[in-house]
Amino acid sequence: MDFALTEEHKMIRESARAFVEAELMPYEDEVEKTGEVRPELLEQIKQKSIENGFYAANMPAELGGGGLDALSVTILEQELSRTSMALQYAVARPSGILMACNEEQRERYLLPAIRGEKVDCLAMTEPDAGSDVRSMKATAVKDGDHWVINGTKHFISHADVSDFVILFVATGEEDTPRGKKKLITAFLVDMGTPGFEVAPGYESVSHRGYHNCILNFDNCRVHETQILGEVHKGFAVANEWLAGTRLQVAAMCLGRCERAIEVASEWAATRKQFGQPIGKNQGVSFKLADMLTEFKCAELMTYYASWKLDQGTMTDSDAAMAKLKATEALAMISDEAIQILGGMGLMNELPLERIWRDHRVERIWDGTSEIQRHIISRAMLRPLEQ
Amino acid sequence: MKVLVPVKRVVDYNVKVRVKADQSGVETANVKMSMNPFDEIAVEEAIRMKEAGKADEIVAVSIGAAQAQETLRTALAMGADRAILIETDELVEPLAVAKLLKAVMDEENPGIVLLGKQAIDDDSNQTAQMLGALTGWPQATFVSNIELGDGSLEATREVDSGLETIKVNMPAVVSVDLRLNEPRYASLPNIMKAKKKPLDTKSAADYGVDVTPRLKTIKVAEPEARSGGVIVGSVAELVDKLKNEAKVL
Repeated sequence: MDFALTEEHKMIRESARAFVEAELMPYEDEVEKTGEVRPELLEQIKQKSIENGFYAANMPAELGGGGLDALSVTILEQELSRTSMALQYAVARPSGILMACNEEQRERYLLPAIRGEKVDCLAMTEPDAGSDVRSMKATAVKDGDHWVINGTKHFISHADVSDFVILFVATGEEDTPRGKKKLITAFLVDMGTPGFEVAPGYESVSHRGYHNCILNFDNCRVHETQILGEVHKGFAVANEWLAGTRLQVAAMCLGRCERAIEVASEWAATRKQFGQPIGKNQGVSFKLADMLTEFKCAELMTYYASWKLDQGTMTDSDAAMAKLKATEALAMISDEAIQILGGMGLMNELPLERIWRDHRVERIWDGTSEIQRHIISRAMLRPLEQ
Repeated sequence: MKVLVPVKRVVDYNVKVRVKADQSGVETANVKMSMNPFDEIAVEEAIRMKEAGKADEIVAVSIGAAQAQETLRTALAMGADRAILIETDELVEPLAVAKLLKAVMDEENPGIVLLGKQAIDDDSNQTAQMLGALTGWPQATFVSNIELGDGSLEATREVDSGLETIKVNMPAVVSVDLRLNEPRYASLPNIMKAKKKPLDTKSAADYGVDVTPRLKTIKVAEPEARSGGVIVGSVAELVDKLKNEAKVL
């Protein structure tokens, strides 16, 4: 067993940390106060991250990406997530699902996404189809060599700054032992396609400046060459990506956990009440100990799952456990950090209130904690079923 | 022109340094270590010289424990071409460092040696000057600007009375100051490339240099904590305290 990070892993961490501190963190207050990332700022961060090779670092080197292994991607994500989601997002990591592009789609979508010329977003969730994603109502119906899309998607992150959407819609039904199930197909749809409108989403407590949108499709016609993967096989292209995204969420939580722990430790060591630093009180120091222990646990599980992904042995359960642990650790850590700081923890002078607000979505998106538990327990019980 | 850049692995500048319980030195176990920030500036300057077409090869050298390899890899990831580690577990003093560097220079024949004005761990600020003396090369120290000329360079030095510009013949030893440049962070592609760049490991004996310390550390202690100040109510009170308590007037 070898838990040591390689020299490259350490250098990626140091370099990414320096990048985030110099290029992203100075804008945190601005983004929190305005709820926007100015287009010029978005462009500035994009250019700097292209210069430094952080842009599309998750994609293969032969396509112009960073060519990082999964563990390096996790470490990079952990470092980027020390700042806010809106700023971290500006250093785009195109969806791994785009690797399913065929030759012609590569030229139009995948490669421009890696070069920073086009931005992708992904639409699966609907008002009536959250965890039960296969109950989606949006459909595509074949009409000659075109497909006609109708329906609504919501909670679609950063669609407002995207150039195209990876869209999942129902294209039929199949009989399964557990009744009828919808068949899903993935499409690449350009913004501006007639019949497709991106509307502003909801005001969210989490992730100021990183917007969710509503996508409306009204008899939107797309050519069959826009299908990503095969007809009815949308989930085949999505499944591998879903596990990867869960690791990404887990990694994001790690960076925020670390930042919260740093703020809380510094405070506990320096803030004096009743004549001594509050960290001298076990009520505070034991909280810190538990916070660090939870963080280390989450970090080990996330690194372990990433390492397994590199070995080609990661299971859905591995990714689910990492996501579950890391998101719940962030919940505990951001809450306890504020308890250690007291009133000051809730003020926007420090990043804690943001981390605390932002953490809430992590236990919900990309599979709620309950769905993760379902994935984990299903893997435990299915082999034992009579 | 070849540029030689010595780099030192030191306790990271963000770390609050603590004295070991036995007072034999400062705690380095489980402490984040990094490249001496002044050396980072030297590496950056070397890279800029290469990017400007004024240098064709950058060789980074470090003297220290095996882990100093990491520091050299950082230099390689920033843009140095190859690296030499002179591995030793001794605490190498500036004179021995200068002797080792001279031996490396004899082999490498660089056109310029760029190094940090001092290391932030012992703050000796001696290596560059000793190296200049040992090699007989001109030296420019505490440099905040370098203009490379033909066979010479103009260096702006930060001195107590302001800025002093001197011209020195090349080859030269140049020790760099904080304001010379802002070092880049290693880009991801360069980090990946660094792995494949050559890193030679040598020993002090390979260069025939005795690194046995000449100084004996009796003990290392933290400076006394300052006691808090007092806010005085009036000028009269201040003058009174200066006269009667501090007895400086």
